[in-house]
Amino acid sequence: MIKKLIARGYLVVLLVILYAPILIIAVFSFTEAKVLGNWTGFSTKLYESLFTGGLGNSMVRAIENTVSIGLLSAACSTVLGTVAAVGIHNMRRGKGRRAITFLNDIPMLNPDIITGISLFILFVAVGVTQGYATVLLAHISFCTPYVVLTVMPRLRSMNPNIYEAALDLGATPSQALWKVIIPQIRSSMLSGFILAFTLSIDDFAVTLFTKGNGGLETLSTYIYADARKGGLTPELRPLMTLIFLAVLALLTIINIRSARSKNNNR
Amino acid sequence: MRVKRSTWAYPYLVFLILFVALPLLMIAVYAFRDAQTGAFTLGNFARFFSTPQDLNTFLYSIQVAIVTTLLCLVIAYPAAWILSKSDFNRSKITVMLFILPMWINMLIRTLATVALFDFLRLPLGEGALTFGMVYNFLPFMIYPIYNSLEKMDSSYIEAAQDLGATPSQVFLKVTLPLSMPGVWSGVLMVFMPTISTFAIAELLTLNKVKLFGTTIQENINNGFWNYGSALALIMLVIIGLTSLVGDEGNTRESEKGGLI
Repeated sequence: MIKKLIARGYLVVLLVILYAPILIIAVFSFTEAKVLGNWTGFSTKLYESLFTGGLGNSMVRAIENTVSIGLLSAACSTVLGTVAAVGIHNMRRGKGRRAITFLNDIPMLNPDIITGISLFILFVAVGVTQGYATVLLAHISFCTPYVVLTVMPRLRSMNPNIYEAALDLGATPSQALWKVIIPQIRSSMLSGFILAFTLSIDDFAVTLFTKGNGGLETLSTYIYADARKGGLTPELRPLMTLIFLAVLALLTIINIRSARSKNNNR
Repeated sequence: MRVKRSTWAYPYLVFLILFVALPLLMIAVYAFRDAQTGAFTLGNFARFFSTPQDLNTFLYSIQVAIVTTLLCLVIAYPAAWILSKSDFNRSKITVMLFILPMWINMLIRTLATVALFDFLRLPLGEGALTFGMVYNFLPFMIYPIYNSLEKMDSSYIEAAQDLGATPSQVFLKVTLPLSMPGVWSGVLMVFMPTISTFAIAELLTLNKVKLFGTTIQENINNGFWNYGSALALIMLVIIGLTSLVGDEGNTRESEKGGLI
């Protein structure tokens, strides 16, 4: 009994420490005080000033960039990754397949800073002006491997004869693709898309190195620039609260989806 | 004759070569090139070993990474063990709560630590750095250890108990060795990102402490691409070595496991 209490207590203490900072930020996003910890009465002014005023403009633009880069890179990674997964799935085991799966693993194992610097050096060497396009390309390069890994297991569990059957029944390969393969892997493609989107909006290091100096900011580089000037400025509190809620929502969706697909497989 | 579907992998292969393999190769090329003449040189590496400031930052970063990893391990193992025991915890939601922070932006978690220290009126500095690092990476240690403990076949433990082992013997001779693969991957998942972090230490120490990642970033930002690449290559080597050691540890442990 005492053992149980100690064990439970340990977990509770750890969870409190893990979540206290986020809770503190969320609570104090509803007051105007400059110094965190001072409570000067309930107010939603910080939330209002987030979306209006001089500060608001640059931040709204950062949010727009984050979302548009997230959606575009997730869409491109999903298409590229799905096509690649179908290809890899149909490759014979051998050098080619090993090479591509090895290369596919690199972006996932590489530390962000190395991925960022390596792409920065590439863009510099080629002479490309860095900005929106280079950030997008960088994000596609580190998101696609995750899409490939999400779609591959679904392909593996698919009955290969169904595709052949469609061809035997007179479907063209592209009809067989759209009417037979895609419907079966659609849900894992969607999971890959959401995963890629989450990774993209969450990224900081790679974006920082590939955004160039034309003034492009995403949310995380915006937060970094702001925090570097003066620590945790009051405006960041509502922003971080909103980001935390967004990540929580996305993760809940991903988890419900994966739980549901497990149930379907049974 | 229809197109073989294995050819569908080729566009992605080209993409990987262009945007994954080539950039890494470029780092290596820049690292061995003189900034002015572009000729082959080992000068960038020589400069690193003869710049005490950078060398010290490098050694200090390794020290921070080791301390962080050890602290995470000491805190995470009991937590993972409790989570995996059905007598103490039956809910998957508790496990989820421990894993969830892995998905929140590192920068945001760091600023959350800053918020905590502000709130408690504690000064930022080395204490905040250690706390912040452990806070950031703890979930990455708990998760793999929990996984290995969770998957463990409980009949091993029962067998040990039946054969008269005391609880501490069961733990030291059965549970711990069988969970070593999880420990190793936890160590890798904490050590590798800690050694490569940047921007975090500055925020936690009000620019008093600099880690190696920041040294690299500053050099790249200030246009010292060749020197920066050399430093990045050094970091890659350290990370490569760590993962080799981790793999080695893992296979050794699983071989041992096979003998049981």
